[in-house]
Amino acid sequence: MNQYFRDIFVSVWSVLIGMAVTFRHLFIPAVTIQYPDVKLKLPERARNRLYVNMDDCIGCLQCEIACPVNCITIDTVKSLPTEDLGITSTGHKKRLWVTQFDIDIAKCCYCGLCVYPCPTECIYMTDVYEFSEFKRHDLIYNYVTLTKDEIPSIKNRTAEYEKEQAAKKAAAAAQPKPPTPASSTSGSPAIPKPSVASDGQSKTSTVTTQPPSEKKA
Amino acid sequence: MEQVLRDIFDNHFFIYTIMAIIPLLWVLPYALFAVWLERKVSAHMQDRLGPMRVGGWHGWAQTLADILKLIQKEDIVPKAADQKLHFLAPFVVFIGSYAAFATIPFSSAYIGSNINIGLFYIIAVSSIVVVGILMAGWSSNNKWSLFGAMRAAAQIVSYEIPTALALLVVIMMTGTLNLQEINQIQTGWFWNWLLFQKFPFVFIAFIIYFVASLAETNRTPFDIPEAESELVAGYHTEYSGMKFALFFLAEYANMFAVSAIGATLFLGGWNSPFGNFLSGPVWGVFWFLSKGMFFVFVQMWLRWTLPRLRVDQLMYVSWKVLTPWAFACIVGVGLWMMI
Repeated sequence: MNQYFRDIFVSVWSVLIGMAVTFRHLFIPAVTIQYPDVKLKLPERARNRLYVNMDDCIGCLQCEIACPVNCITIDTVKSLPTEDLGITSTGHKKRLWVTQFDIDIAKCCYCGLCVYPCPTECIYMTDVYEFSEFKRHDLIYNYVTLTKDEIPSIKNRTAEYEKEQAAKKAAAAAQPKPPTPASSTSGSPAIPKPSVASDGQSKTSTVTTQPPSEKKA
Repeated sequence: MEQVLRDIFDNHFFIYTIMAIIPLLWVLPYALFAVWLERKVSAHMQDRLGPMRVGGWHGWAQTLADILKLIQKEDIVPKAADQKLHFLAPFVVFIGSYAAFATIPFSSAYIGSNINIGLFYIIAVSSIVVVGILMAGWSSNNKWSLFGAMRAAAQIVSYEIPTALALLVVIMMTGTLNLQEINQIQTGWFWNWLLFQKFPFVFIAFIIYFVASLAETNRTPFDIPEAESELVAGYHTEYSGMKFALFFLAEYANMFAVSAIGATLFLGGWNSPFGNFLSGPVWGVFWFLSKGMFFVFVQMWLRWTLPRLRVDQLMYVSWKVLTPWAFACIVGVGLWMMI
């Protein structure tokens, strides 16, 4: 019988305590972050969307090799000896035309392994994490700054040059005493550099974080 | 109110229709508001925010959007269901809970039907809800629904006994079953309310009534008929669209009905707590509704505080705690009145 009354007392008392707790919580500010309106600051080294600063890319393929899910596709073309592609901000000389630099961000696993080997620190993680698309194809980011027209012409030029070189080599091999090679390699005129204005067109999906405006002419 | 209508109109049917619809004009917006309030209360008690986007200010239009969605939804009836009963059940449930409003005085000027057995009528008519719930559970032809309905029936039938006994304390003190007269007895300052008379017997009776009414409305901690973790949604598992909305509406109407009865019987109903301060027929509506809403809030408060009871605990509380204590209150009040 004693237990009966004690049970009733304990249950009523614990209900009151519980009600006090919930009532107190009624006035504690909510912990909810109203996401699209309010965003939490990301940690300093958060890994989100990749970005490639094509000005500094030397086409070394280190990132492509490092990628564990093969989401980076790079194609490069050798530049002609007469061409000067400039140097990167880290002082590396650019020797290759980068004619393709695609990152399939849908495949990307955000491991950041591509970031570390880059000798010029041109590929890095940004703090952008809202980049959903309606089509999966739109998640293949194209970072190349060359236009669609420039890429085949560069490829042709290089192919021609290499053919010439090969022909010369064959000729040199045929003749025991080769004459000094002509200073002007074939009749190719001064090759125009890829123009800055073509940036926008060359990217199929140009949702990049930083506008590639700091281009060196 | 009825007299005023009689003076204006001649048609009795018309007058009674108006009188019957007036509580509905409160119940429908109240249900929308209470669902929103419940979500807000639950959210803030858990340090969340709840609905925030629909309608601008703190998601006030969330339930409007929800009801619009429910209206548009397909009305799905299971193939194996008992079509007629399945169709009728939500209406029976809502009629059962709405019928109780007939004798609840909203103000000194308005009571749906000023019959002299009002309280008895409420106790009797609110049991119709059980029939509707059993119909819903049985006709759905679903084991969860049937379990829920059986639990609801067992629970509501058991808890009607402490409810009725607790109300008997009030009836003993007032000597009437007419809720309007019970209100008039409590006129004046708040110490005239029955809650503070013959302390502590009436107070305990009120607590018993409140706990039992929680069980009668299937609210947590007595929501084992719905027990979503075990029974999906209990007796309304197989309902969709507007029929589900009717069950929901009935639940919230019931919440307000039991709160209003508690407020009327123990807290002076439409009486102002401060004598003649802000009293009168219109202020009476205000006091009545705010007292009712307060208890609705307490019900929500309890819901988000307490976990669900087990079936055996539920029966223990009803038969071994509430019923004997209600009897003790009756005896105590009876002795007090004799002496």
